[in-house]
Amino acid sequence: MPALINVPAKAKRGDVIEIRTLTSHIMETGFRHTADGKLVPRDIITSFICRYNGAEVFRADLFPAIAANPYLSFFTVARESGKFEFEWIGDNGYSSTASTSIMVE
Amino acid sequence: MSVWRAIAAAALFAAAPALLAGEIPPDARRSGYSFMGLETRAMQDDDTANPGMLFVLDGEQLWGKKTGSAEKACADCHGDARSSMKGVAARYPAIDKALARPVTLDQRINLCRANHQQATPLPYESRDLLALSAFVAHQSRGVAITAGDDPQAKPFVDQGRDLFMQREGQLNLACTNCHDDNFDKRLAGAPITQGQPTGYPLYRLEWQTLGSLERRLRSCMSGVRAQAYDYGSPELVALELYLMSRAHGLSMETPAVRP
Repeated sequence: MPALINVPAKAKRGDVIEIRTLTSHIMETGFRHTADGKLVPRDIITSFICRYNGAEVFRADLFPAIAANPYLSFFTVARESGKFEFEWIGDNGYSSTASTSIMVE
Repeated sequence: MSVWRAIAAAALFAAAPALLAGEIPPDARRSGYSFMGLETRAMQDDDTANPGMLFVLDGEQLWGKKTGSAEKACADCHGDARSSMKGVAARYPAIDKALARPVTLDQRINLCRANHQQATPLPYESRDLLALSAFVAHQSRGVAITAGDDPQAKPFVDQGRDLFMQREGQLNLACTNCHDDNFDKRLAGAPITQGQPTGYPLYRLEWQTLGSLERRLRSCMSGVRAQAYDYGSPELVALELYLMSRAHGLSMETPAVRP
C-alpha cells in the first residue's frame, strides 16, 4: 500500500523535527453491517512503529475509531544522518513498510 | 377587495426574489475550497497530508501497468501523463465523436480499456477507476476549466441546466435553490457552497475515501429524497457537463479535500 512520508531532508544536530506519515488503509471498524445484515469483519491497522537508524523512536496502537487512511504526526530529535523506517501492522496479517533518509549536519 | 389586492401584491413581492435570483456571475464564482475551514484547507494544500494523493500514487502505477488481452498500458499510447494528460480533465465531460454524446473522464477511461486494451470496464467508484481518474485529473491541477465550450456540447449543457433548475424529490428542491440562491448560508452546521466541481475525484472526510462527482450528485439527490439517477446515465453526464461549464475559468484542484 502506498504511503506518504514527510521528513525534512536536512536538519541541524539537536533540532526537533516533525515527522508526518499518511498511509492507505480502509480501517473497517468491525461494527458495520451490510444491507443484508451480515457483519463486515474488522480490518484495521493495529500498530505503527518508527525506527531511527534501527532504534525505535515512536510507536502507536490504533483502534477501530480511527479514520481510514490514518495520518500520524510526531516529533523526534535529529541526532545523526541515517534512515527512518516505518512499519504498519494490522488485521489479517497486514504489513506495510516505508523508509526515508535524513542528512544531519 | 383591497384586502385581496394587498395579499396578491404581497405574494408577488415574496415570490420576486426567488424569480430574480439565478446564475452566478463569472467573477463571483468560487471553489468549494473558499468555504472550508483552515484545517481542511491545510490538508488539501499539503501533498503529504492530502489522502487523495494516495489514490494519485496508485493511479500512477496503474498508468504504467499492462492490462487486458491487448497487453497494453495507458502509457504505451499516451506516454508521459505529465505532458499528455495536462489540461485534459479540465475539458471533460467531452463529446465522443463515435458516440455523438458527451462522456465523462471515467467513461473515457473505460472506453479506452474496451477499445484499445481489450480489458473489462472498471466498475464505477472502484478503487482502480478512481485512482486512474485522480491521476489523470491531477495533471490538470491549476488549469482553468473549459468543459462545455465545444459547440456540439451545447444541447447537452442545456439539458444539464434544465435538470439543475428542475425541482425534484419529496422536498421538492432544485440544485439551483441551494447552490445559486443560498450559497454562503448554512444547512444545519455545514456551509452551502456554489457546487463548483473543481476538484473531482475528491477526498471527502465524510466518505473516508475518494469519490466521483456522480457520487456527490447522487447523494445530493437522496438528500432531497429524490430517486437518484444511475451511474453513467445521460442525465448525470449532462448535469456534470453543465456544472463544469458553470465553473468555466475556475482552476482544477484534483484531488481536492472536502468535509
